Amino acid sequence: MVSKIERDHTRFRQIVRGKIKRELKHYITQGELIGKKGRDLISIPLPQIDIPRFRYETRKMGGVGQGEGEPGTSLGGDGDATGSSGAGELPGEHILEVDISMDELAAILGEELELPRIESRGKKNITAQRDKYAGIRSTGPETLRVFKRTYKEALRRQLAQGTYDPIDPIIIPVRDDKRYRSWKTHTTPESNAAILYMMDVSGSMGDEQKEIVRIESFWIDTWLRSQYKGIQIRYVTRQSGGTKISSAYKHASKLIREVYPPTEWNIYAFHFSDGDNWSGGDTNECIEILRQEILPHCNLFCYGQVESPYGSGQFIKDLREHFRDPETLVVSEIKDKDGIYESIKEFLGKGR
Amino acid sequence: MNLSPALSQIKDEIKGHALSYGLDFFETIFEMIDYAQINEVASYGGFPTRYPHWRFGMEYEELSKGYAYGLQKIYEMVINNDPCYAYLMESNNLVDQKIVMGHVYAHCDFFKNNIYFSGTNRKMIDEMANHGMRIRNYVEQFGEEDVERFVDCCLSLENLIDVHSPFLDRKRRKEDSEITDEESPKTVQKIRSKEYMDRFINPEEFMESQKRKLEEEKQRERMFPEHPERDILLFLIEHAPLDKWQRNILSLIREESYYFSPQAQTKIMNEGWATYWHSKIMTEKALKDSELIDYADHHSGTLAVRPGHINPYKLGVELFRDIEDRWNKGKFGKEYEECDDYLAKKSWNQHLGRGREKVFEVRRIYNDINFIDTFLTKEFCEDHRLFTYKFNEESKRYEIEDRDFKKIKQKLLFSLTNMGSPIILVEDGNHGNRGELLLHHQYEGVDLRIDYAKDTLRNLFLIWRRPVHINTVVEGRKKRFSFTGQEHMEKDV
Repeated sequence: MVSKIERDHTRFRQIVRGKIKRELKHYITQGELIGKKGRDLISIPLPQIDIPRFRYETRKMGGVGQGEGEPGTSLGGDGDATGSSGAGELPGEHILEVDISMDELAAILGEELELPRIESRGKKNITAQRDKYAGIRSTGPETLRVFKRTYKEALRRQLAQGTYDPIDPIIIPVRDDKRYRSWKTHTTPESNAAILYMMDVSGSMGDEQKEIVRIESFWIDTWLRSQYKGIQIRYVTRQSGGTKISSAYKHASKLIREVYPPTEWNIYAFHFSDGDNWSGGDTNECIEILRQEILPHCNLFCYGQVESPYGSGQFIKDLREHFRDPETLVVSEIKDKDGIYESIKEFLGKGR
Repeated sequence: MNLSPALSQIKDEIKGHALSYGLDFFETIFEMIDYAQINEVASYGGFPTRYPHWRFGMEYEELSKGYAYGLQKIYEMVINNDPCYAYLMESNNLVDQKIVMGHVYAHCDFFKNNIYFSGTNRKMIDEMANHGMRIRNYVEQFGEEDVERFVDCCLSLENLIDVHSPFLDRKRRKEDSEITDEESPKTVQKIRSKEYMDRFINPEEFMESQKRKLEEEKQRERMFPEHPERDILLFLIEHAPLDKWQRNILSLIREESYYFSPQAQTKIMNEGWATYWHSKIMTEKALKDSELIDYADHHSGTLAVRPGHINPYKLGVELFRDIEDRWNKGKFGKEYEECDDYLAKKSWNQHLGRGREKVFEVRRIYNDINFIDTFLTKEFCEDHRLFTYKFNEESKRYEIEDRDFKKIKQKLLFSLTNMGSPIILVEDGNHGNRGELLLHHQYEGVDLRIDYAKDTLRNLFLIWRRPVHINTVVEGRKKRFSFTGQEHMEKDV
């Protein structure tokens, strides 16, 4: 039987889920959830779920407290630290924080952005073998001997034989008494994915541009993690001083060759840049590497171009020109934080 | 009752002590439950059979999380009912249970004897179960969505009651006047006088003002409601175009609001009283030597203060002790008040010994407001380091403002007035002769929270089904907020 409170609690969770879904765009554009990540749970502040009532503006009200301190002494709850939401230990203010699992968050993201489930490529369904202790048997290595069971067997035998002496209860197991753990090997199909993030760290990428990349990759991570069992992430950054995109592509290609063979891995590559490249010659080299070494091995290659006042924004045009109607290449322009939402949709909307 | 024999024995012992001190309570039934159950019961405000609603689920989530993270733990719950029900938590140690029992008996005594509880339903456990049953039936008949949406609206308005009405019976008064005053006088009656005295006895300005008053009264009679109505829930029940099931839900939520309101009105006193007695019973009678440390730990936890918060347990118990001390020593009355010799006042002692008698009287006839108003003294504020705080817009933080006695008292009384809610009345139920509802916020110097006010208007509209307005003051300017059904509006008035 489901208890009464469970029903009300479930209903509350549904409402929370709906709320998060409606507010998702806000969370995405503000980047509020990043850095709030726990191991598997994420805490989301929900100031609006309260039942509205006619009530006083708490900040205008003030109140009475007790303790030491001169006029002007802070009561804790520093304005800067708590941010605009004003949560925390402030008098009379209360903001609900609900925990939600990363899986659930990904599910909400998927529903709201209407992301298709990813079909992993056939060959990459590799099987993994795992051993699991499943029972007890009478042979095995000494390291797996189960003391308790062995003792019991020996005790039983000695009682039956009449060699057990309650005054001097010494139990000596013989070979037949010994019991060992046994195991079974489970094979499960498992698909693994590798995410390669490439980002420019050149001077033309300002803090705001980097922030956008950080937010977007958080959500991409969240989604891909929900789709694959084993995920590995690599970050490739290009240092400033001659912004050559090809160097990053070369490195990515090397990783694919040496660490993530496409026969075993679903590979996702994301490249974020402001579109400034060193020279036209380098761009041509990039196109070659993409065409020959990267695109054929990837599930998806996404290029996100963040608008920057310093970058020329040329690279996306070059890509569009060279790859007309490509299967595995997605390009997206991200004007500002509000653009993140659409961009995620463009990248992951293909279901690859 | 499911207490172990050992606990049962302890219960009898504590009960004996409570009775010997003169506490007078309903029969009290203790139930031992585990932490998950106590969180559940607490989420329902003490009534496990309450109607279903997500906000109880929300409460549960918070309580469970607080417990899991070790931030909070509920020691006890006690229900104002005859018999009184009290819940004990299984995992508490024996000393805790002892303290809680003493605490509970004092609460029960307070429920039974404090005048503000005299109007509450003492069979509320049954009543709550009925409410739960009714709403569950409605859910089956009209669907979860609709019923939940409507309950949401009602809860959004649940604080709009008239806290004084249980003792005033305003309704009856109105009906009486309707019967007796068939027609109010049409002209201003002059006071009889000799002709040459007339212009002194009935001066022109006086006649003018009387005339205006009469005029206003007549205006009033045509108004609806005749006098601004503070029990907004009642007004809605009687006049809003509701289906029967909706009217019933609104009524039962109003009933619950009135049931809980004395508890909100006596929080400081009730907790103070219970703390006063658990500490007395423990330290004078029930405490064993070996339990001392655990007792002290628990008790000091109960009385801990954080800056920016008033701990009702602490404030209440200290005030009760102060009253007892003052009435024992005769530190009250004209002579004492007017004495301005600090040392003489400090060592004042007339060996009156009326302290115990006085605290019992206080627990009977006061609520938090007149309790603070009467017994909070300048000396008390200084001894207990009370202060007022305010939000500093520049530094964006709450700061200590002042330690002035008058300001402290004023702030404290304000925060207790109308249970800390703004006072709102129905001004006009036929506003603009278009059947619109106009509310009036009786402004006391603190603004409403606007986003909440707007959402509340939206919910009110769903009940009134015609545009709704509220007059209030925002940053010194008179404003009217409206919700027309489609949009929010805001204008200066």
